[in-house]
Amino acid sequence: MEILYMLIPISVILVGLIALLLLWAVKHGQFEDMEGPAHRILLDDDSPVIPTTEEERDAKK
Amino acid sequence: MEATYNYKVVRQFAIMTVVWGIVGMLVGVLIAAQLIWPDITLQLPWLSYGRLRPLHTNAVIFAFGGCGLFAASLYSVQRTCQTRLLSDGLASFVFWGWQLIILSAAVSFVLGITSGKEYAELEWPIDLMIAVVWIAYAILFFGTIIKRKTQHIYVSNWFFGAYIVTITLLHVVNNLELPWILGGSTSLFGIFKSYPVYAGVQDAMVQWWYGHNAVGFFLTTAFLGMMYYFVPKQAGRPIFSYRLSVVHFWSLNFIYMWAGPHHLLYSALPDWAQSLGMVFSLMLIAPSWGGMMNGIMTLSGAWHKLRTDPILKFLITSLSFYGMSTFEGPMMSVKTVNALSHFTEWTVGHVHSGALGWVAMVTIGSMYYLIPRLFGREEMYSTRLINVHFWWSTIGVVLYIASMWIAGVAQGLMWRATNADGTLTYSFAQSVNAMYPFWTIRLVGGTMFFLGMLIMAYNVWKTVAMGKAVNDAAIPQAVHA
Repeated sequence: MEILYMLIPISVILVGLIALLLLWAVKHGQFEDMEGPAHRILLDDDSPVIPTTEEERDAKK
Repeated sequence: MEATYNYKVVRQFAIMTVVWGIVGMLVGVLIAAQLIWPDITLQLPWLSYGRLRPLHTNAVIFAFGGCGLFAASLYSVQRTCQTRLLSDGLASFVFWGWQLIILSAAVSFVLGITSGKEYAELEWPIDLMIAVVWIAYAILFFGTIIKRKTQHIYVSNWFFGAYIVTITLLHVVNNLELPWILGGSTSLFGIFKSYPVYAGVQDAMVQWWYGHNAVGFFLTTAFLGMMYYFVPKQAGRPIFSYRLSVVHFWSLNFIYMWAGPHHLLYSALPDWAQSLGMVFSLMLIAPSWGGMMNGIMTLSGAWHKLRTDPILKFLITSLSFYGMSTFEGPMMSVKTVNALSHFTEWTVGHVHSGALGWVAMVTIGSMYYLIPRLFGREEMYSTRLINVHFWWSTIGVVLYIASMWIAGVAQGLMWRATNADGTLTYSFAQSVNAMYPFWTIRLVGGTMFFLGMLIMAYNVWKTVAMGKAVNDAAIPQAVHA
């Protein structure tokens, strides 16, 4: 099972990188506010910019 | 230009999601029919089961699922970062490159060109193309995050980011192969032939390290990113617990990598490695169910919306299937259960409860949210047809997985049954014969799911015809008092 000499180090390096990323995120205040971000995506109004015409709205009713 | 979002690439990918969904599922229906009527394709070698099966799996995972993920990630990364994609040219390159890869894959499979590694059957020239396009996608995605206008990186972007990074690593490591031309092949098709640098059990280990992580990071992590954006948006409510979503992300990423050996139980793989795979698989229940609960509970206090909104029905049902298959998966990775389930139709049922129930349904729901917005419409042409689609899909999946459960358990029990003198009770052909009723029910279920996609295509067609393609959407500007 020589392949494990490759796969295990890959996993260890990857876990190390994930840990570094987590530290970065913590240090840069990514997790300071655990409520706001969830609400913020809802405040982003992505309804279409092209308004529907009057007739179309009437037809839908 | 900078005050707008790039909707063009999102629209292209969203439309192709529907197109490739239909193609991939049609091939699935065809091979399901071949099991019952083996001569249905007139014994044409190009349409034989062995060639169409990888075409089906690759088309639904990488063409349908892939395009859906490109659309969802490139849309939500712009909206949550409030900035335009890093580069329009790179975006077009990713779109056209990915379509070229899909077409090359389709042609090469039908011609019988395959490396024979499951979910990585593509040969080396296409593997190289994937690597190039994928790195372009990574630059596009992370570049957009770097130039974001918001301080916080929304959780869906973390999920998409993890998926992009790990798929790069998995694809490269699993596809390390030597083209046969280096060995002096003179045949025409030899140009495309390659051999992996690994052999025997080493190759099996790398293959399933890749194979299961492809399930983990392509079909789970990435679609969770989709879920964390589109479920709250469609429900009009914030995610149940943002804190839980963050914990979900990190715990999933820390423990996913080593579930692969559960594909190799009772094989030449060392026992301890098999047990390791089983333990990691069992641990995965915790983050998976945390995520599922988080998604479903988003509707807490607004359950009535499920009654009237078929898009939400798609999204919430997808989470239920996600919960079900992430319970079933760890259970099947337990050695004693696996002794019965391995190589049977149960596995096929499990995969489809994940692939149709979770991946396809969350994608379909997200596309119904996305497509009207990309064509300047408030909603799809017909909400009633979405509802019809929902019921066709749901009944289709249930027929599919229930028939495969029964078939799989029956198969497993027939294979292990022995007489008092130690001889096998059933011949293999007898167990095949017992499958016909279940294969038929499966074909009915799969066909229903496929017909649902045709209903979607009609609905999308009408929506597109009524709307007007939006290439650049205005970025809402903060009002400074």
